[in-house]
Amino acid sequence: MSTLNVIDLAVLDIQPASFTLQAGECVGLSGPSGEGKSLLLRAIADLIPHRGTVTLDGVDCKNINPAQWRRRVGLLLPESHWWSDRVGDHFPVREMDRVTALGFDETVFDWQVSRCSSGEKQRLALLRLLANQPQVLLLDEPSASLDPKSVDRLESLIKIYREQMACPVLWVSHDPAQLARVADRQLRLAHKQLQAAA
Amino acid sequence: MNVIHLSMLDLGLAALLVLLLALLSFVMRLQLERQILISAARTTVQLLLIGLVLKSLFASSSLLWISLMAFVMLAVAGREVMRRQKRPFSGWWGYGLGSLSMFVSSFATAIFALLVVIGTEPWYLPQYSIPLLGMMLGNTMNGVALALDRLTSSAWQQRAVIETRLSLGQEWSEAIADISRDSLRTGMLPIINAMAAAGIVSLPGMMTGQILSGTPPLEAVKYQILIMFMIAAGTGFATVIATWLGARRLFDVRQRLSLYRLSGSGVK
Repeated sequence: MSTLNVIDLAVLDIQPASFTLQAGECVGLSGPSGEGKSLLLRAIADLIPHRGTVTLDGVDCKNINPAQWRRRVGLLLPESHWWSDRVGDHFPVREMDRVTALGFDETVFDWQVSRCSSGEKQRLALLRLLANQPQVLLLDEPSASLDPKSVDRLESLIKIYREQMACPVLWVSHDPAQLARVADRQLRLAHKQLQAAA
Repeated sequence: MNVIHLSMLDLGLAALLVLLLALLSFVMRLQLERQILISAARTTVQLLLIGLVLKSLFASSSLLWISLMAFVMLAVAGREVMRRQKRPFSGWWGYGLGSLSMFVSSFATAIFALLVVIGTEPWYLPQYSIPLLGMMLGNTMNGVALALDRLTSSAWQQRAVIETRLSLGQEWSEAIADISRDSLRTGMLPIINAMAAAGIVSLPGMMTGQILSGTPPLEAVKYQILIMFMIAAGTGFATVIATWLGARRLFDVRQRLSLYRLSGSGVK
């Protein structure tokens, strides 16, 4: 049960943006490429310098150890990267329910990362993030390289997680149909300004 | 056994060989003849100059002049460390990082060797301190330059991996642990290999020099062992210091990967 408050957040030339992600709420974020949607997400995760304030349940990001902040505010980057050869080495804990929900079985942990397809890696990256039990999810095009069946599975897994944890979700996508399916309301970043989408 | 003094004629004969090499380069169109001749000239002038400096330094034996010499050597080594990196840190860090770690490590090990091990009187006796420091700095410089170059270029290439690890809540030290370890190994391996090959594959230069100038082989060997140990320790510690400081410098207070701190980064 967490609430994320973004107050006058500004990165580079993006106009200061303010919004709130309520507990359990899924907010869609769309807009042309290169506008800075990813920058906003990275700033909320405190991965890049930014102005303005971000608070989680009233606690300012600046007052929390940055690593701890990023465990709580989980950012899924658009491209997954891996530092070890074996898939399992990237997982602190192994949650079999979620693994099977995304169409894998327990052998997946022994797979070589280099042999995984980009779609498999994208799904595994989400599992890797959820293993941290983040209180907020920032998803940067989480299903960009997935087939329709996998997209369904991924959407329902995120829905379950969101409802179980009452976890707010900020979901970046270029697919209006997807955002219409998953999001309770939508924001749009265009001309360097963040606005509520009609 | 006395030292056989070399006359100008003797050196001239050796120089003929270099001229021959330059000629060969010209005939074979290697386009190296200019470089060969210029480098040979530089070697002659630079070594003669340092010979003169050492001669007056040995004659005066003043701590002030010896320290000055030591810091000039350090300054040049620091510049060389920066020059050998593809993406050194910008500003004073680029220069200071290598110099500081070499200073702490080389000077500490050299002074330890002079005071505790060799026990020269006075401890800064230039016949011992300057060559010792020179060998320490020369090798430490290699180790630090290799390690820092590896650190900064790996961080540059693997920025996405580092940021992924940060986004998953890893501390900066964990997010860059693999790269740091790799850099440390790169910096330390040459001297470890040199220790392993010494005496079998290569006769170390200092020992050879001592033998040529009449020192009994076993005495020369003992000095060489001492030097090897000092160099290994000095290089190792300097590499550890430089890598740790460098890795820390790659992240800001909020543990964000800060590649803009590298020169030529062009990161906005």
